[in-house]
Amino acid sequence: MKMSNIKMMLAGAMLALLAGLPMMGLADEAPAPAATGEAMMAPAATEAAPAEAAPAAEPAVEEAVAPAPTPNKGDTSWMLVATLLVIMMSIPGLALFYGGLVRSKNMLSVLMQVFSIFALITVLWAIYGYSLAFTQGNAFFGGFDRLFLSGIYDPVSGMVANAATFSKGVYIPEFAFVAFQATFAAITVALIVGAFAERMKFGAVLLFSALWFTFSYLPMAHMVWFWPGPDAFTDADAATAAVAASGWLFAKGALDFAGGTVVHINAGVAGLVGAYVIGKRVGYGKESFTPHSLTMTMIGASLLWVGWFGFNAGSALEAGGTATLAFANTLIATAAAVLSWTFAEWLLKGKPSMLGAASGAVAGLVAITPACGWVGIGGGLIIGALAGVVCFWGVTGLKKMLGADDALDVFGVHAVGGILGALLTGVFNTWSLGGTGIIDYVNNTIVDTSIGTQVWIQAQAVLTAVIWSGVVAFICYKIVDMTIGLRVPEEQEREGLDTTSHGERAYNL
Amino acid sequence: MKLVTAIIKPFKLDDVREALSEIGVQGITATEVKGFGRQKGHTELYRGAEYVVDFLPKVKIDVAIKAEMLDRVIEAISKAANTGKIGDGKIFVSSLEQVVRIRTGETGPDAI
Repeated sequence: MKMSNIKMMLAGAMLALLAGLPMMGLADEAPAPAATGEAMMAPAATEAAPAEAAPAAEPAVEEAVAPAPTPNKGDTSWMLVATLLVIMMSIPGLALFYGGLVRSKNMLSVLMQVFSIFALITVLWAIYGYSLAFTQGNAFFGGFDRLFLSGIYDPVSGMVANAATFSKGVYIPEFAFVAFQATFAAITVALIVGAFAERMKFGAVLLFSALWFTFSYLPMAHMVWFWPGPDAFTDADAATAAVAASGWLFAKGALDFAGGTVVHINAGVAGLVGAYVIGKRVGYGKESFTPHSLTMTMIGASLLWVGWFGFNAGSALEAGGTATLAFANTLIATAAAVLSWTFAEWLLKGKPSMLGAASGAVAGLVAITPACGWVGIGGGLIIGALAGVVCFWGVTGLKKMLGADDALDVFGVHAVGGILGALLTGVFNTWSLGGTGIIDYVNNTIVDTSIGTQVWIQAQAVLTAVIWSGVVAFICYKIVDMTIGLRVPEEQEREGLDTTSHGERAYNL
Repeated sequence: MKLVTAIIKPFKLDDVREALSEIGVQGITATEVKGFGRQKGHTELYRGAEYVVDFLPKVKIDVAIKAEMLDRVIEAISKAANTGKIGDGKIFVSSLEQVVRIRTGETGPDAI
């Protein structure tokens, strides 16, 4: 049934696209609620006593009271693989994508910045990041229960605590969730590198990363993603309490499947602010800043695409129907974005470029990220196709208007694509457009969303991310500027950061 | 003795080498160079940014010859490197004061 549903939706979307029809064409094609929702509800019916099980973020002590449910080995395996995929998309994927776009004298500086940020954020994540993002606190920050990841492993029983998923009575080992989310935090901070590439001090990059991670990434992750887990929703009163304990935007009902607001808008805005505060590269607009190896960029973009399956489908936290929907959307929407960017560029600038195709893939991936588990394939195709065109404008027309030297277009691709995806998630989530609707955990059923209401909620999430990240990033850059200084001296910038900051050269040919 | 320096299109190098071998030229030196003349460059587009590439890749060949071969050498290069399109290049001729073969110490026309 699932398959036929998806096929019908796909066919409908294709027809609508071919015929140039507006979205109404989809309405008739997807009458039934999304199959994925049903898959998600299934465990609730079979699990004996899910209510006693402690929600993810509670201390492990409570787990001992009720017999701890055993996580499904398939789910656990998938989450470990998904985590590895996200590591691969960061290093080397993102590093090579960015590295190929800079001049050869700065290649290693970009690789080194991405690599070091990944390590730095991972360590901070273990020390306090995870706790501040994913334990109960207030609506904006979590608490300190999991400092140094304490309380997850119990040496006496040899047990690892469970983390909640999106299905009642279904858990994964908390370490899998910790590691998975660590990679999200790390790649988000690493994304910002593209905006201030080729001119920032290495020390300044690290200090800024630590500050921005603490005051922008962690609260955004908490606001959007923290909740006590589905088991807390036993009845209406319990649901009210559970929602009150959740993050601010989660409580509002904002849908962000894999990180449109938390990851892409967050990083994109921080990048733009950085480009303004740090200023343009020496020679910007006068000398040619040709990418030194689009071959590397293509390899990087491809690693990003493959890794993104872990990012998006992994965000289902289970190896089930929703994961496969997210997987399919990540495949198909991205392909649509590659084509739409390519054709837009061909039409408007005369030639279809490899860089355009690679950029289109990233734009599509960004835009489908918040939507991938919440929309049908038709919605995904449209989101992808629009992302290719809108982000193409983001790095051309919009970039000229903004006037900042956002060197590798972090804003034009990630913030613009993220905003587009976040808003369109609100549009295509409704059943009539082939979306999944949302889960009512109190009545264990699926309910529809209305476009107007959901888009407004999504818009609030977008605004929150833009403002929060913008303000925090500005303050963080200023702090770094006043302490160690943001920028390398002009002489070093001309010579290239590889030799002047790192004492080595990328290519000794 | 004459030194003939020719700037040609890179893909014409093999044709020129063959033509010169046929008329008895013993050796040439080829260098990859960049330059501009009347042939216009081209523009490259990276996302929004447009860069004009003025300097086009060319190959420079240097041929040292005895003075009496000059006309045949010029003819050989002109013929082999000609495509009839703009950007075919140029030939510069200058007189050569001395030539030394390092291995044997021979000098003058014998060293060519």
